[in-house]
Amino acid sequence: MLVVVTATINPLFLTPQGVKDLLLNATIVVILAIGQALVIITRNVDLSVGSILGLVAFGTGTLFAVYPGIPIILVFVIGMAFGAVLGAVNGLLVTIAKVPALVITLGTLYIYRGVNNAWAGGTQYFAGDRPRAFSSLSTDTIFGFPLITLLAIAVVVGVAIVLAYTRAGRDLYAIGSDPAAARLFGIPVTRRVLGAFVASGVLAGLAAVLYASRFNAVGATTGTGLELDVVAAAVVGGVAIFGGSGTVVGAAIGALLLTTITSALTALRVDKFWQQAIVGVLIIAAISVDRLVSLNRARKLRVSEARNV
Amino acid sequence: MSERTIVRSGEGVPATTAGTLPVRVRSRWTRILLSRDAVMFYALIAVVVYAYTQVPYFASTQTVGFLLLDVIPILLIAMPMALVIITGEIDLSVASTVGLTSAVMGVLFQAGVPIGVVLVLCLLLGTVLGAVNGFLVTALGLPSLAVTIGTLALYRGFALVVIGDNAVANFPQELTRFSTSKLGDTGIPVVMLLVLAVALVFGVLLHFTPFGRALVALGFNKEAAAFVGIRVGRAKFWLFVSTGLVSSLAGIFWTLRYSSARSDNATGIELAVIAAVLLGGVSIFGGTGSIPGVIIGVLLIGTINYTLRLARFSDVVLSIVTGALLIASVVAPSIAEWARGRLHARRTARLELQRAAAQ
Repeated sequence: MLVVVTATINPLFLTPQGVKDLLLNATIVVILAIGQALVIITRNVDLSVGSILGLVAFGTGTLFAVYPGIPIILVFVIGMAFGAVLGAVNGLLVTIAKVPALVITLGTLYIYRGVNNAWAGGTQYFAGDRPRAFSSLSTDTIFGFPLITLLAIAVVVGVAIVLAYTRAGRDLYAIGSDPAAARLFGIPVTRRVLGAFVASGVLAGLAAVLYASRFNAVGATTGTGLELDVVAAAVVGGVAIFGGSGTVVGAAIGALLLTTITSALTALRVDKFWQQAIVGVLIIAAISVDRLVSLNRARKLRVSEARNV
Repeated sequence: MSERTIVRSGEGVPATTAGTLPVRVRSRWTRILLSRDAVMFYALIAVVVYAYTQVPYFASTQTVGFLLLDVIPILLIAMPMALVIITGEIDLSVASTVGLTSAVMGVLFQAGVPIGVVLVLCLLLGTVLGAVNGFLVTALGLPSLAVTIGTLALYRGFALVVIGDNAVANFPQELTRFSTSKLGDTGIPVVMLLVLAVALVFGVLLHFTPFGRALVALGFNKEAAAFVGIRVGRAKFWLFVSTGLVSSLAGIFWTLRYSSARSDNATGIELAVIAAVLLGGVSIFGGTGSIPGVIIGVLLIGTINYTLRLARFSDVVLSIVTGALLIASVVAPSIAEWARGRLHARRTARLELQRAAAQ
């Protein structure tokens, strides 16, 4: 719908190049949003993803600068491991100290960003420092789809299957619905929540390496403020902020929608200053709709229960 | 200092001891001197003494002036924020409210609106922004965390829409000078009087009025509070309104102090505010906290930051320190709780042994 309206007003929007740009821009937010979905489903939140992305992206730039011949696959592994460590720090603080994830990850948001600043200083690494094969990951296409977008789709499918069909995945929903009941039921809550944070970290690490491939420069401020878009994407995609419901595919669609809106606004030549306000409106609208739907469902349930008595 | 031993039935005592246990109760003074607020106060004194003796240039009246000017916005917003967190809610949109107020103030003033009218409109704007938060949280029953993440983006977005990349700087000199003027030779900014008045209002409200006691009860247990006749929704709504109002006040001060209205003013200070409030002993789960504690928390963070800056640490390090303090202030109570639990368990075990030996 949005796509059609925009395309009719600005025909440039649906050219192959336009679609490709759209998919490329969405890829990174999609990957971050599915990591965020895992965390939010357990009734937590990870606000530090933007900082993790920045830190790992700068790490990637450094790796290529220091070891020019490094195999690309190794960079992916190192980036994801780095992300996992940062995610594990969040997870450990949240599970051991039993403090709301919001506060912990707000703290680590600033700490990781500070470390990134201290490490990078004024240094920036540019695409020229990285091998061409690495940059071409985000320019080469198969049937019109950029390689990294295909990678993102693979990740979405993989995580979706784990979440929907494995015990660990189902446990996340149980924990989000009612942590106390989940614990009573014998679900290893601590381990699962920790796992969700580590997974979010790994995905942020992956997104960071892709970011380094997609964008020219990585430096101290890479990924600043991204956490808002990511939380918005997950929430818009139907992941309930109270935990316990939502799907990875929904979060991915939310991310795609959000990116499309931003691109559409640019294509329609709406002032770029409106973008952040729109993200805010979307978050509030999404949680309001979610709330109204659940209230409605609760009322219907009550009515039908009463009838059955 | 007298220490009495009285007998009272202990909660949390294992059922095996069935009945009463001698529990040591500290006298009123010991309790005050060992309270969390007091410990924070000692920490503040320690930091000040350390900085005074070890850090060059700290020992001057200019320090007092700049330090206080730096903490005023945080101190202001921390007051209503403490009350909001005590009721178990949170408001992440305060920094964006400051930014939007600043942007609107700049644009209105540039459009030739008299400065007095501008200031009133700004305060009104803050009240409306707070009321929007309050409405979404209390009328729709949405989680304040999610709502204020949304309005954080929304209000900052509006600030961008209103003023864009521009900055307005030509505010009346009397006002900008007033915002940084000092009380005689003491180095204390005149604006501190206003801040003290705000702190006094919120302190009295929280500690000496039925409304304030209701807030604590509400944070402790919402259902129970509703049962004893506290209007939960209405109380929370007004708290969000007061947060918006005070944030816009902080926005006006910010704009005048730096003599610059920009859309990115005060970005990220919600973190410093929340860190200070939590460090000041307000529980993130609601139900406990005091205004004096929060004031000490704000001053502690302000002094540490100022000292680090004097010692030529960059802003980068400051954000790490603020983040670390935030985490430490929420993790520390958990650790203390755990340690207290261990101590208690050991003590009851020992008493049980004694009792068994006596029999």
